[in-house]
Amino acid sequence: MEALKQLGQYTLLLYQALRSVTEFSTYRENLFNEFVKVGYQSIPIIMLVGVFTGAVLTLQTAYQLDTDLYPAYIVGSIVAQSVIIELAAVISGLVLAGKVGARISTELGTMRVSEQIDALESMGFNSVAFLVLPRIFAGVLMFPVLYIIASTLGIIGGVVAGAADGILPAAEFMKGGRQFFFPEDVVFGILKSFVFGFVITSISCFKGYFAFGGAEGVGNATTQATVLSCIYILLADFVLAAILL
Amino acid sequence: MIEINNLTKSFGKNLIWKDVSFQIEDGETLAVIGKSGCGKSVLLKHLNALMYPDSGEVIIDGQCVFDLNYSELRLMRQRFGILFQGGALFDSINTFENIAFPLRYFTNKTEGEIKKDVEEALDMVNLKDAGSKATSELSGGMRKRVGLARAIILKPDYLLYDEPTSGLDPQTSDEINELIVSMADSFDLTSIVITHDMHSVLSIAEKVAFLDSQKLSWFGSIDEMKKSEHPPLVEFTTASEYKIKA
Repeated sequence: MEALKQLGQYTLLLYQALRSVTEFSTYRENLFNEFVKVGYQSIPIIMLVGVFTGAVLTLQTAYQLDTDLYPAYIVGSIVAQSVIIELAAVISGLVLAGKVGARISTELGTMRVSEQIDALESMGFNSVAFLVLPRIFAGVLMFPVLYIIASTLGIIGGVVAGAADGILPAAEFMKGGRQFFFPEDVVFGILKSFVFGFVITSISCFKGYFAFGGAEGVGNATTQATVLSCIYILLADFVLAAILL
Repeated sequence: MIEINNLTKSFGKNLIWKDVSFQIEDGETLAVIGKSGCGKSVLLKHLNALMYPDSGEVIIDGQCVFDLNYSELRLMRQRFGILFQGGALFDSINTFENIAFPLRYFTNKTEGEIKKDVEEALDMVNLKDAGSKATSELSGGMRKRVGLARAIILKPDYLLYDEPTSGLDPQTSDEINELIVSMADSFDLTSIVITHDMHSVLSIAEKVAFLDSQKLSWFGSIDEMKKSEHPPLVEFTTASEYKIKA
């Protein structure tokens, strides 16, 4: 029963956000701020995630294929394709559920319990347009950019790790990568990151916007936002793979 | 005029109050009193439909606020100013910007006009030099005064105060009470003050609504309250009197 009630509240919040899209003057300023917070300020952690994902995947793939049955460049093929199709989007999504999702739910939750959202509404403000919409927009527009950064650096990380460890030269890695490179894989990855951006920001906005019960309530909202975002990222990942691959 | 008719509210199975009805005439100052947890703040949030009741109506100038669509409701809400219990200041912007916030979004005023209006409002609440302060640097009393400056900046018809003196020392409470009276006089406001501070009630209010036992237990003027022998009201006011004397 409680789950149904929450689903109803979540749907109504999204409906209200959708209806507020035309109120651009209400969220214009916050939209720019959110682009910076969600996108620009996430670049360092995304770079780190990308580089290490690619590097570790290269070392482990080379270890598993340590046989003469396959040419060495196949490591590059596997790493590049895994990073582009799966890892850059999913691992970035899980990391951003913690970084971006937790920030959003804490911010909105604190505004809710300290009556700042009531204050906005009481002035005649559309608080959903002002607070929720720019965060969701920033998520769906910036996550694909972050995905491209993560996958590019994942491949670079793989090239560097392979060459540094003496597993395979950079040229061999790139040869393997190019051999099984399909542009539609990149489109699939971008689509995934777009969906993950929506999942993380909408769930976090929902949990924060309806937080109650003081500091403990904000803590609960943040925990639930992060956990639910991770669960729905994995679920969406499976559904998208089943439908589109 | 604000007319409250048969308002009933519950949270789940927990009844807050039932069949609350009274009227507030234009220009009056009404104090809503009652024990902590009796639903005073909940009642306040029904006046501009920040909360919706189980049944009943709040009629402002002939129109029930719960029947308005969201666009109409937003316009109606601009006729209200609210001083929230903790001030509800936006902590991401400074004091000046908090007060300027409604002006920036709801008026076409120039930067110079906004500056002038904010400075006037700050002066009115005796915080002339606090504009550049971060909200985290403000004391409890200062937060309430900044909240008050923000609440009056759009020159509302109705000003709602949620526990304006709670958590303040007696001297600062008196200053806030004086401000409430001066705001009502200067802007010809209709004011509704939620409080359990009887000293404050006696300083500012013309009428009193007493919530008790999940209903409107008593309603009348200050003079009638002083003479009333309604037992729960006498018990409540006497307890406050003892505290004041002590």
